[in-house]
Formats: sequence, C-alpha cells, structure tokens
Amino acid sequence: MTRGGIRFDGVTVAYGDTVVLDSLDLTVETGEVMALLGPSGSGKTTALRAVAGFVRPTAGRVLIGGQDVTGLPPYKRGIGMVVQQYALFPHLRVDANVAFGLKARKAPRGEIAGRVAEALEMTGMTAYAKRYPRELSGGQQQRVAIARALAVRPGVLLLDEPLSALDAQLRSGMLTELAKLHRDLPDVSMLYVTHDQSEALTLADRIAVMDRARLQDCGTPRELYRSPGSAFTASFVGSANLLTGVWCGTDVVEVAPDLRIRVREGAADGPREGDVTVCVRPHLVGLGEPDGSGLNVVRGAVTGLQWRGSSHRVTVAVAEGCEVTAEVGELRVPPGLGERVALHFACEDAVPVGVPGA
Amino acid sequence: MLWVVPPLAVLALTFLYPLTLVVRQADGYGEVFRQASFRDALWNTVVIAVGATAGALLLGFVLALVIAFVPFPGAKSLSRFIDIFLAFPSFLITLALLFVYGSRGMANGLWTDVTGNGTGPFDFLHTPWGVLLAEVTYFTPLVMRPLLAAFSQVETAQMEAAASLGARAPRIVRQVILPEALPALAAGGSLVLVMCLNEFGIVLFTGAKGVTTLPTLIYGKAILDGDYTGACVVAVVNVLLSAALYGLYRLLVARVTKGGARRAGA
Repeated sequence: MTRGGIRFDGVTVAYGDTVVLDSLDLTVETGEVMALLGPSGSGKTTALRAVAGFVRPTAGRVLIGGQDVTGLPPYKRGIGMVVQQYALFPHLRVDANVAFGLKARKAPRGEIAGRVAEALEMTGMTAYAKRYPRELSGGQQQRVAIARALAVRPGVLLLDEPLSALDAQLRSGMLTELAKLHRDLPDVSMLYVTHDQSEALTLADRIAVMDRARLQDCGTPRELYRSPGSAFTASFVGSANLLTGVWCGTDVVEVAPDLRIRVREGAADGPREGDVTVCVRPHLVGLGEPDGSGLNVVRGAVTGLQWRGSSHRVTVAVAEGCEVTAEVGELRVPPGLGERVALHFACEDAVPVGVPGA
Repeated sequence: MLWVVPPLAVLALTFLYPLTLVVRQADGYGEVFRQASFRDALWNTVVIAVGATAGALLLGFVLALVIAFVPFPGAKSLSRFIDIFLAFPSFLITLALLFVYGSRGMANGLWTDVTGNGTGPFDFLHTPWGVLLAEVTYFTPLVMRPLLAAFSQVETAQMEAAASLGARAPRIVRQVILPEALPALAAGGSLVLVMCLNEFGIVLFTGAKGVTTLPTLIYGKAILDGDYTGACVVAVVNVLLSAALYGLYRLLVARVTKGGARRAGA
C-alpha cells in the first residue's frame, strides 16, 4: 500500500471557462496534518477531491506517497476519506460498515474481524458494533465514518469538513480526539478541509489558506497568525484590524494625515514604499494610556462596545474612516459610547501584510 | 368507524357484488379443470407472468442503473420518454414487435434480402417467447419508474465513500445501490406480476394463434363459445391465482429484504 505524503504539482481544475482550482502547488509531508482553509468556493474541496480521484485535473499531477495517481481511479488510490454528511451505508451495521473497505480490498478473511475491532477501539465505538447507523447520534456516526476510513490503514486520510454537521460542543470534543488520533497514527498524512479557522489552528501542523481558486498562503498556524502574508490571510486566520496607509519611512506608515504608526521592523515583505495594509490583532491592543514608551498610541471616540463574557471588544474611531478594535479582559467600568479613549499596541504587533486590494 | 362505510359501499357496489355474481355463476368446475385447454392456459399464464416479471426486473434494473448513474447526453429525455411509454396501449408494443420480428417484418426482410432465401429465421412472435418479449418490453418501464426515483435518493457521498474504500463499480452496485433500491424493486415487481397475470391485449395480438392464457380463455369461452358458466370458473381461478401469486411474491420479498439485512450485519 502507498504510504503517506501528498503532492500537488501545478494542479488545475476547470469546468469549461470556470477555473475552480488554479495551478496548486502544495506538499503534505508524511505524518503531517495540512488544513486547507478558505471560504466556500475557494477551491479547497476541489483540491481534496482531486486527491481522492473524484475530480480529474485539467492540468498538473497529484502524487500520493511519491507515486503519480493522477490517472488512477479512486479505488486504486489507497486513501481513507471522511466527509461532512458521514455517508455511512444505512443497511449495514456499524461493524459491517467498518469492514466494507477491508472486504473491498480483499483483506485476508481472518484479519478482518481483528482490524474492525481495532478501528472501533481507536474511535471509542466498540460498544456500538451491532447498531445500525440510524440508531446513532451525529457524533457517533462520524466516529464510525472515521473508523471505516482508518480500518483500511490508509497512508493518506482526507477529511472534508468532517465536523461541520456537529454542534459546537461536540465539535470541540471531536477536535481533541482527532488530535489524539493523529498522535496515535504518526505516519498518516491528513488533508483537512475546513472553513473554520479554529479547527485549522487547533489541529493542523500547517495551514494552506485558499481564496478564489488559488493558494494564498501556507505556513504553520503560528506563522500565519503572527505574520500573515496577505490581508486575506490576516482576516481569515484569527480576527484582525486592517489599517490601510502609505509608507513614509522604513518602519512608519501614515494611516491618516495626522496619524502615523510604527510597524514591525523590516522583514522580507517587499519594498517599503507606496500603499500598504497593516494588520493588528485585536487582543494585542491595550485600552488606556500606555505604561511604557515606544508603543503606538491612537486616540478617538468609542463607536462600539461588545461584552463577550470573559472579554470586552472596544471599537474606537481613530481617524476619518479608520477604526481600531481592542479585545481586552472584561472591564469593571467599560467606557461609554462616544467617550474619548486611548488605545496602544507594540510596533512589533503591527504587521505589514502587503498592498491593499492585492 | 363510520368513515369506512362510504368507501366500503362503493367497493361493494362496483367490485364485490359483481365478483360474487361471477362466483355464483361459476359451475362445472370439474369439467373445466379436466379440459386440456384450461390446463395449458393456466400453465402459460403462470410461466409467462413469472418470466416476464423476472425479465422486466432484470432489464429495468440495468436500464435504470445506466440512466441514473452513467452520464450520457439525453439521459433526461430518455427518462421522460419512459413516462410517455407507460401511456401507450399495450397492443401498440405488440404491433411494433410485429413490424420488427413478424414474418414480413424488418428483421426477416433483411435476412431474405441478404441471403436470398424465401423466409427469414425469426418466427417466435406467436409462441410464448413472443408474448414474453412483448410483456417484458411493455412492463419494463413500470419497474424503471420507481427505481429511478430510488436511485435519485442514493447519496453520491455513499458511492464515493465506497469507491475511496476500494470498491469497484460492481461491488458498489451490489452493496450500496441495490440494498437501497430493494423496496422500489419489490414494488415494481409486484405491479408487473399482477399486470402480467391479467394481460389481455398483448396475448391476443401476439400469441393469438398458439398461446392461450387465462384472460384470453375467459374471452374465448364467454364471447366466442357463449359458455358463460365455464368462463366464470376460469375467472374465479384467475382471481385466486392472482391473489396467491401476489401473496407468494410479497412473502419472498419480505424474506429477501430481511435476509439481506441479516447477511449484511454478519
């Protein structure tokens, strides 16, 4: 059986004139969890389906475990797949569902029972082996679907929005279990398609951000969060204040005629001239006058105030058409709307993320 | 319980009362049963009905499978055509078959043109095989209609999951599509069975010379021979046969569907 690792080699998928995936180059290492993160219509599911073999690339190659599988039918690709709507076989009991792939791949008869038991054990579904899918809850059905995909011991596991049909509480529980599963199966590459940034941040070793059929950015969750490569990544991975302005010095951006901020010192992010967008994470913005020096300070009237239980989100109009939101711990005495306040953030936390509109 | 009275009254007036009249008219069972023509007709009826049902189920399943799952241009219009086909009178099909396979039909014409022989090789339309062919042709759409509806309910995701797990097309048909289509297959089959048992037009048009079934026997006795009591005897047998075969069929279906579930669970 092919072992782990997926490589997209200039994979393009088009229907007529509509390009749904535009020359994707991406490598998922053996044992790595790669999240494909993006809004609907960004091409992420198409990319996954190209690996599964349900979508034929118009150009480019797909490699699994180093082998070119572009022309192979799905049943020869040696993958496991889990989809949003579970897709269990309704007339088969749980154990028969899990055994399906083993029988289809002609596993030795004597091995099947043991491997079914092993897969059910891994997903905590041993007690439900004799149930029918309709007798299980959504979360349990998804566990069976995962067990069914794992029973064939695939080198590559494809997960297409696997948690989207579950409610929020169940989702976070399943997320923890998927992380554990990943630790238990260190050789299995996982491609995890989601539109939910928290799933991607929690589970993925690396995140590939997709938008409008293209790969926008790729990196570890921490890299993408700390140093997003584009305004789109900044807003899609975590929340962001995006301030547009003009370079007026190597580390200084003029956001408004009387408002200049000092940004993170030069990294390899292109020439520092012309227009620029700066990302500041709301939770890195403090409310009030700063204690120390060397911080950016912006002042203005409060235009929005949200209480979120453990935190407050305070939005301040710092210049004409420019608002900054700060996420701060719950305030005992929150400012009133219209009240003038100061916000501060470190230069290090103001990250240039490219040219606006690019 | 009062609400059952009106439908029961209508049923009694239009169906049950005439039926009792038929049963009361029937006389001389022994004599009719001893006739070779009756035993032939009984045998023909059962064999043709069972054969045509099996044929229609098989052909209908394959055709519906192709229309539903093999993408080809015109699949939709073909599926529409099936609805129109169902509205045709049955003897029209028979006429069409006559034009194709009849002694002066296209197939034989082609043969005589090519070989120069006086007659062609196709001469089965007036045998039970001709009736069988006509009934399968005519009743297959009856199986396809519920099947196409059932197939449209099969989740694409299930078939894709099966394929990703390593299943090829035959296994997907057998283990994913067929189990979900069984109820529709059973419904179509029972309809065809009952319709075949009582089919009159097709048998009259095709098999008229050599093949007699119970319905044509009733017609012959009553209209041609004026033997009404004998016709009523055959009619009673026909009704009982329909009910019995239908009952047997449902029993078989129940066993198969349950057995399928049990096998799948093992």
